[in-house]
Amino acid sequence: MRRRRPEVLRTPLGIVGITLLVILALLAVLAPLVWGDRATATHTDNMLAGPSPEHWAGTDNLGRDILFRTLVATRLSIVLTLAATIFGVGLGLLLGMAPLLLPRRLGRLVVAFVNVLLGFPSLLMVLFLAVILGVSTTSALLAIGIAIAPPFARLVYALGAGVAERDFVAAARIAGVHPLRIMVRHVLPNIAEPLVVNATVTASSVLLAFGGLSFLGIGVQAPQFDWGRLMQDGLAIIYDNPLAALAPGVAFVLTGLALNLTGEAAAGTFGAKSRIRTTRSLTERRSVSPRSNTRDADTDLVLDVRDLEIAFPGPYGPVSPVRGVSIALRAGEAVGIVGESGSGKSMTALAVAQLVEEPGRVTAERLTFCATDLRSGRRTAHDALLGTSLAVVFQDPMTSLNPVMRLGSQLGEAARRHQGLTRRQASARAADRLRAVHLSDPERRLRQYPHEFSGGMRQRAMIAMGLMGTPRLIVADEPTTALDMTVQRQVLDLLQEIRRKHGTALLLISHDVSVVSSICERVLVMYAGRIVEDLPAADLYTQARHPYTRALIGAVPEMTTDLDAPLATIAGQPVDPRHVPDGCAFAARCPRVTDRCRQEEPTLQAGPAGTVACWHVGDPLPAETKEVAVG
Amino acid sequence: MTATVAVAHASARRTRGRWTRFVLRRARRLLISLWILVTASFLMIQLVPGDPVRAALGTSAPAELVAARREQLGLDEPLLDQYLTYLRDLFTGDLGESILTQLSVAETIGQRLLATLSLALPAFVVTFAFAVPAGVALAVATRQGRRRRTELTFVGTSIVLASIPEFVVCVALVAVFAVNLGLVPAAGRDGLDSYVLPVLALAVGPAAVLARIVRVEMLAVLDADYVRTARAKRLSALRINLRHALPNAVTATLTLSGLMLATMVAGTVLVENVFAWPGLGGTIVSSIQSRDYPLVQGAVLVYGAIALTVNTLVDVAIAAIDPRSMIGDS
Ligand code: SF4
Repeated sequence: MRRRRPEVLRTPLGIVGITLLVILALLAVLAPLVWGDRATATHTDNMLAGPSPEHWAGTDNLGRDILFRTLVATRLSIVLTLAATIFGVGLGLLLGMAPLLLPRRLGRLVVAFVNVLLGFPSLLMVLFLAVILGVSTTSALLAIGIAIAPPFARLVYALGAGVAERDFVAAARIAGVHPLRIMVRHVLPNIAEPLVVNATVTASSVLLAFGGLSFLGIGVQAPQFDWGRLMQDGLAIIYDNPLAALAPGVAFVLTGLALNLTGEAAAGTFGAKSRIRTTRSLTERRSVSPRSNTRDADTDLVLDVRDLEIAFPGPYGPVSPVRGVSIALRAGEAVGIVGESGSGKSMTALAVAQLVEEPGRVTAERLTFCATDLRSGRRTAHDALLGTSLAVVFQDPMTSLNPVMRLGSQLGEAARRHQGLTRRQASARAADRLRAVHLSDPERRLRQYPHEFSGGMRQRAMIAMGLMGTPRLIVADEPTTALDMTVQRQVLDLLQEIRRKHGTALLLISHDVSVVSSICERVLVMYAGRIVEDLPAADLYTQARHPYTRALIGAVPEMTTDLDAPLATIAGQPVDPRHVPDGCAFAARCPRVTDRCRQEEPTLQAGPAGTVACWHVGDPLPAETKEVAVG
Repeated sequence: MTATVAVAHASARRTRGRWTRFVLRRARRLLISLWILVTASFLMIQLVPGDPVRAALGTSAPAELVAARREQLGLDEPLLDQYLTYLRDLFTGDLGESILTQLSVAETIGQRLLATLSLALPAFVVTFAFAVPAGVALAVATRQGRRRRTELTFVGTSIVLASIPEFVVCVALVAVFAVNLGLVPAAGRDGLDSYVLPVLALAVGPAAVLARIVRVEMLAVLDADYVRTARAKRLSALRINLRHALPNAVTATLTLSGLMLATMVAGTVLVENVFAWPGLGGTIVSSIQSRDYPLVQGAVLVYGAIALTVNTLVDVAIAAIDPRSMIGDS
């Protein structure tokens, strides 16, 4: 708990909660001493009075001051809450630990017993016990304690059983430490934190339960009074002085709030939110206003992207995972983007598919798809075009299909929206498209749910989904990464087949150089949000000049590589887009790095086969670096 | 490919078998719980210290009357005989007669139960009708850290609302709408407008909690891959949110609906007291106070049986929708 305390105090709501609790504790101690007499003094000449300077909340039917009565009742309300909570939590601890300490048979019996008790609503148990024990404060206390024990016992058992399986507990058991000692010394300290949090929340429900019983007249009995009792008395005179019932009500709300806020702050539920809040100071770096385009658009191009930038607000200013990327694709052309995760390649794919969401911002000097400027108009302006002419295939077919919708409606819905097909036409088209991706028995498949499909079949279905229109471009983001080796090949072949048949352009994103080079004509290599090399796929293994590209090629497993061995990786860490260094981003990992690299950022220049961004393209590799095997 | 289909079928069959076993286990637990409930309610009258009939009728009641009622309740017979009689009567729907009024407990409870359900069910509907759209709308509006002020206001309000107990809500509602504004009656069950306050009082807290949960669930679902797929298809925002996201978000919400219903039935006890509602909850409290034990027995029995059955049904329904919920249940 000591570690958590600062966490509680770090959030504003947690501070409010703790402050309220402290005030309540002070009131509980002091109020009866200071105002005890005034709370019980009757004034028959001033009964049922409304608020006045002497009596801020008015008086009750005996002329007693409501405000002071409410303040004084703090002690009894809190003491009873604490007592019932401690009793119930103690009982819960016993019941929860018993199955871990007792012989197996007996333990299971206790668990079963607790499970059955859990089924009974706690109010029922309270009422039941109130009947047997008679109507009194003590019986209400016992009843509430017994009612809160089962859920607490379950928590103790669940957490305790988890810890009891861990090594150090097993070690202690083997060493012959007494089970009770194991429990107290090893298990309980490890689960104390969630238990304390839960006990706080439990306390707040105990407060309400006790209040409720007193309010019903089966808790605290006159002449004693807690808030619930005061509310009951107040309700009877609500037409004369509504404050008589509302003042103790406010006390309930404040106390409940204090406990809930503290509990939730301690549980860390506000943590995420307060962290997000620090990102509010977002400074807009650029507006989205499209800049005028001087160059004529090449009408042959399916996709023409120039100087694409993506920015997200971050705590210390905007973060740009993609910086100045340009891509051009002709009809039927296949271009691959390779790079490690975090290089910005998937982000680029999302931006091309217009799927980057607020608060992300996409800016570009040119962003044209099928001769349409995607930067113009509202976000939804190009839905019909994109919905029919652009297909997107995502990495994980297991999660990319909606688990609660039949395949048929997932395939058909876009066609119905963008092409105006009827349900029947859409489903006929869908069956046809499933046949096109070589799925057998398409009519039956349409009625099935995704979980009835294998991974490869799902990815085919995803591709079929993209083929519902007449796609000019398929953006495939790691389409084979989640699949088995053999299925990978089939999916790639399918993409190739579609491209040849329909002249569809393909933008293939992958971390795997061999996948990209096997079906693409051109390869773009991305590092830290920039394209660092752009060259024909055929030249990739022979003409690649950028040290990063060469390292990527070196990281490809060959057929002879043991598949169980970890994949060869490039030494060093990829660049964190939040801290892009000055100069060449690859400098920290580059075998050829010089001072110039660290100061000046290289730009794309014409190289022997394509373009490359590196200061030392022509230089030989240093002797200590193993020359990459050339394929 | 046939192989994969076969595997899929086999796993579906396995799931179904597991579900059947789960249902059987739950049914067994329900039966045990019901038996405990029946036995406990039978023992209740035996466990009361002293003479329950004397306690109910008061010290001034004539000894003959007390003896007659003891005779009627069969309290002088051996315990086992009493138990068997109790069980037999139970199966014929006979819950005995009130000590005080001599009215049939079964009949009284039947009427009161109707009044209670006429509060709890509308409150349940109101809760969902408010919480699901509100939670969804807020999730859509505030996802990915948008409209942070709206989000904070909502989270704050819902925490405050959820901290307010029903009976305080009741009193506040009565103070404002019945006493101050005089719009609706403060108490009694008389005409449609008498339902407004009690239903609201029951629904406010659960609605706040539920809206918060729906929002969190919805936020998670909106980040799911299949929602991105739906966006890639350029569907309308309405279809993405309602057809693709919502059904996936409500499964977890269903889990809570059982708890909600149980809380609401519990909440009626307090709410009925404030509004002098002639329901089961009011009956339980007044019969405890007047020590009318047969009536308490019957009310506790009916109330408990409803709660236990609802819980079991909800568990089973959830397991049917989401097989993962069965994991960890032994
Ligand atoms: S510019 Fe320098 S650091 Fe960057 S890749 Fe080229 S040689 Fe390496």
